[in-house]
Amino acid sequence: MSTHYLTRNRFASRPSSRMLFIWLGFAAVLMLAPQILTSSLILSHLTQMGIGMVLALSYNVLLGQSGMLSFGHAAFSGLGAFASVHVMNLAGDGLLWLPLPLIPIAGALTGLGFAALIGYVITRTSGVTFAMITLGIGQMVYASSLMFPAFFGGEGGVSADRVYGDPWFEWDFGPQIQVYYLVAAWLFICVAAMFYMTRTPLGRLLNGVRDNEERIAFVGFNPHLLRYMALMISGLFAGIGGALMAINFEIATDEVLSLHESGAVLLFTFIGGTATFIGPMLGAIIGVLLTKFLPDYTAGWQMYLGLVFVLVVVYAPGGISSLIKPSLDVLRQTVSQRRYASFLGLVLSAFMLLAGTIILVELMYHRASGAAGSLPLFGVALDHHGPVPWVVGTVILLGGMLTIKPAGRLLFERLSIGESAHQGGKQ
Amino acid sequence: MEFFLISLLNSLSYGLLLFMLSSGLTLIFSMMGVLNFAHASFYMLGAYLAYSISGVAGYWFAFFIAPLLVGVAGVLVERYGLRAVHKYGHVAELLYTFGLSYLMLEAVQLIWGRSAVPYGIPEMLQGSLFTLYTTTFPKYQAFMMLVSVLTLLALYLALTRTRVGLIIQASLSHPEMVESLGHNVPRVFMLVFGGGCALAGLAGVIGGNAFVTEPGMAEMLGTIIFVVVVAGGMGSLMGALLASLLIGVIQTFAVAIDLSLLDGLSAMGLGTSPGVFGHSVLSVTLSEVAPMLPYALLVLVLIFRPRGLLGKRES
Repeated sequence: MSTHYLTRNRFASRPSSRMLFIWLGFAAVLMLAPQILTSSLILSHLTQMGIGMVLALSYNVLLGQSGMLSFGHAAFSGLGAFASVHVMNLAGDGLLWLPLPLIPIAGALTGLGFAALIGYVITRTSGVTFAMITLGIGQMVYASSLMFPAFFGGEGGVSADRVYGDPWFEWDFGPQIQVYYLVAAWLFICVAAMFYMTRTPLGRLLNGVRDNEERIAFVGFNPHLLRYMALMISGLFAGIGGALMAINFEIATDEVLSLHESGAVLLFTFIGGTATFIGPMLGAIIGVLLTKFLPDYTAGWQMYLGLVFVLVVVYAPGGISSLIKPSLDVLRQTVSQRRYASFLGLVLSAFMLLAGTIILVELMYHRASGAAGSLPLFGVALDHHGPVPWVVGTVILLGGMLTIKPAGRLLFERLSIGESAHQGGKQ
Repeated sequence: MEFFLISLLNSLSYGLLLFMLSSGLTLIFSMMGVLNFAHASFYMLGAYLAYSISGVAGYWFAFFIAPLLVGVAGVLVERYGLRAVHKYGHVAELLYTFGLSYLMLEAVQLIWGRSAVPYGIPEMLQGSLFTLYTTTFPKYQAFMMLVSVLTLLALYLALTRTRVGLIIQASLSHPEMVESLGHNVPRVFMLVFGGGCALAGLAGVIGGNAFVTEPGMAEMLGTIIFVVVVAGGMGSLMGALLASLLIGVIQTFAVAIDLSLLDGLSAMGLGTSPGVFGHSVLSVTLSEVAPMLPYALLVLVLIFRPRGLLGKRES
C-alpha cells in the first residue's frame, strides 16, 4: 500500500511543464518519423506499429491495470474493423455522411457497444474463469463469422475503398503517408486519453481491483462494476484500433477475429511489459519488428517470437520495459565504478547465448527447408551437412548458458548493488 | 434409428478421446492451479512420436513408448520451466504454457514438416467390426473406445485405491500437511504433470491415425478441451467425463442435422423470404452452428454456474 501511495505522489509532484515536454516530444516523434525513415516498407511498418500501440494499450487497460487476463480481445477489435468497413462502404455510396478521419468513431462505438452488451455478465468473475469466458466469447464470435456471410463476407471478407467523399484539406487518404498521419493522430488521442484515464479515480480503483479486490469492496465500491467499466473502456479503444486496421488494409476478414489475433495482442503487451504505461507501446514496436520485419530475413521468426515470450515470462515477468531502468542503473554504476572488465564479461556471455541460439535455430530451419547449399550467416558459410557448425553452435550456446549467471553475479558483487537488481540477465 | 445409433457411437468414441485429454488437464489443474495451454501440444507430440516410432519398430511398440516419452517431456517442462515461473502466480504459469504451445508447434514443424504425415492404422485393426443396419462400424473406433475406457478405469483405480493415489489426492487439498508428513509434494506435482502429459500423448497415439496427424491438430482440439475442463468444473474428473460426452454428442449430432430455425417456422406456416429482416439469421442451419456450440456451452455454464457442471469450488 505504502509503495503505491508513494508512486502516486511521485507522479503528482512531477511538474506539469515536464509532462507537457514529454507530450510535445511524443508528437514530434510521430510527425518526424516518416520524414526520417522514408522507405515505403518502413512507412507501412510504422503505420502498423501505431495501430499495434492502440491495440496493446487498450489490452493493457484489462491486463495491466485491472488484472484481467483476456483471450478474446480480437472480438472487440475485429468487430470494430468489420463495422468500419461497412460504414466506409455506406459512406462511399452516399448513404451516410462520415468522412474517413472520423471512421474510427464508428469502430469505437462498436467495440464499446459489444463490451456493454456482453460485459455485465462476464465481468462478474476474474482470474482464470474470466480468461476462459473471454476465450469462449472470442471463439464464438470467430465461429459466427463464417455463419453470417451477409455481414462478415464469408471466407473472402469484406473490402472497402478508403478514398471517398470530398478530400480534407486536399488529403484523400489514398497514399500510405496520409494514412500514417491519420493513424498517428488517432494514436496520439488514444494515448493521451488512456494515460489520463490512469490518473483518474477510476484508474486508481481499477488498480485496486487488480491488487486487492476485497479491500475495494470494503471501501464501498463494486469490483464487478469497475471491471465492467474497464472492459468497456478497453473495448472502445480496441474498436478504434480495429477501425484503423480496416482503414489501413481496406479489408476485414475473419482472420482479424481469430484466436491468433487475440494471442498476438496478449504476447506483445506482455513482452513489452504490463506494469508500465509505456510497456505495451514498446511491445507493439517489438511485435511489428518480430512479425513483419524479421520474416524477411529468417524462416524461424516464430521460433524467436516464442523464445522471446517464454524468456520474458520466466526471467522478466514485468516485461522488457521493466528491464530498462535496472539495465541503465547497472550501466551507470559500471561507468562510475570503472568495472568495465566484469561488465564486458556479462556482455560477452549474453552475446554467446544470443549467437549460439541464432546459429542453431538458423541451422535447423535451413536443414528443414531441404536446401542443398550451405547456410550463409553473417558472412560465414555454414555447411549444415557436417557436424562442425552444429557443434560450434552448441558449444557457444552452452558457454553462454553456463557463464551468464556467474558473470552476472560477479558484476553485481563488484558493483555492490543488492540482489534485488538481479533481473539484469538479458538475452 | 440407424442415424441415431451410429451418431451415438461416433460421439461416444469422440467424447472418450476428449476425456482422455481433459482428464490429464483437469488433474494438473486441480493440483497446481495451472491451466496448461500446451496440453493439446503434448497430444500432437504423442501422435508424431508414434508415427516415427511405428515406422521403425511397429505400432504396438510405439503404443507403449510414445506416451512414456511424452510423459518424460512433460516432467522436464515442469521441472525446468514451470517451477521457475510458479512464484509469479497462476497467470504467469498460464502465459508460460501459452508460449510453450507456440514453441512446440514450431519444433514439430521443424522436425516433421508443415504438412500432414501418413500415420496409418495398423493392419490388424483395419476393417469393420460389425454392420449396423447398412452402416459399418470400424474396428479401430472400437479399439479407441476400449483403450480409453481401460485407461480411465486404471486411472480411477490408481487414484482411489492405491497409496500413490492417496498421496496425490491429499496433496490436492492439503499440500502443507502432506509435506510435513514427509512427502515431496513438488515431486508429486512433477509426476502428476508428467502423467497428465502421458495421457495426452496416449490420446495422440490412438487419435492421430483416426483423424489426421498434422501441425494444426493441437489447435483444433486445444480450445475444445479447455471447454471440457472449464464447463465440467475445474478439477472434477466426473465433470470432465460428463462434459466430454456432452460435447461429443453435441458436435456429432449438430454436424449431421441440416435444419434451421427457418425450417421449423416454415413447418408451422411462418416462413419468410430472402430480403425480410432477420432472414439470414433464421436460415443458418444447425450444422453451420456446430463449431460454435461448445463455446456457447462454455459461456453459458460460466455465466449461470461459474464453478462448472460438477465443480465443487469457484475459480
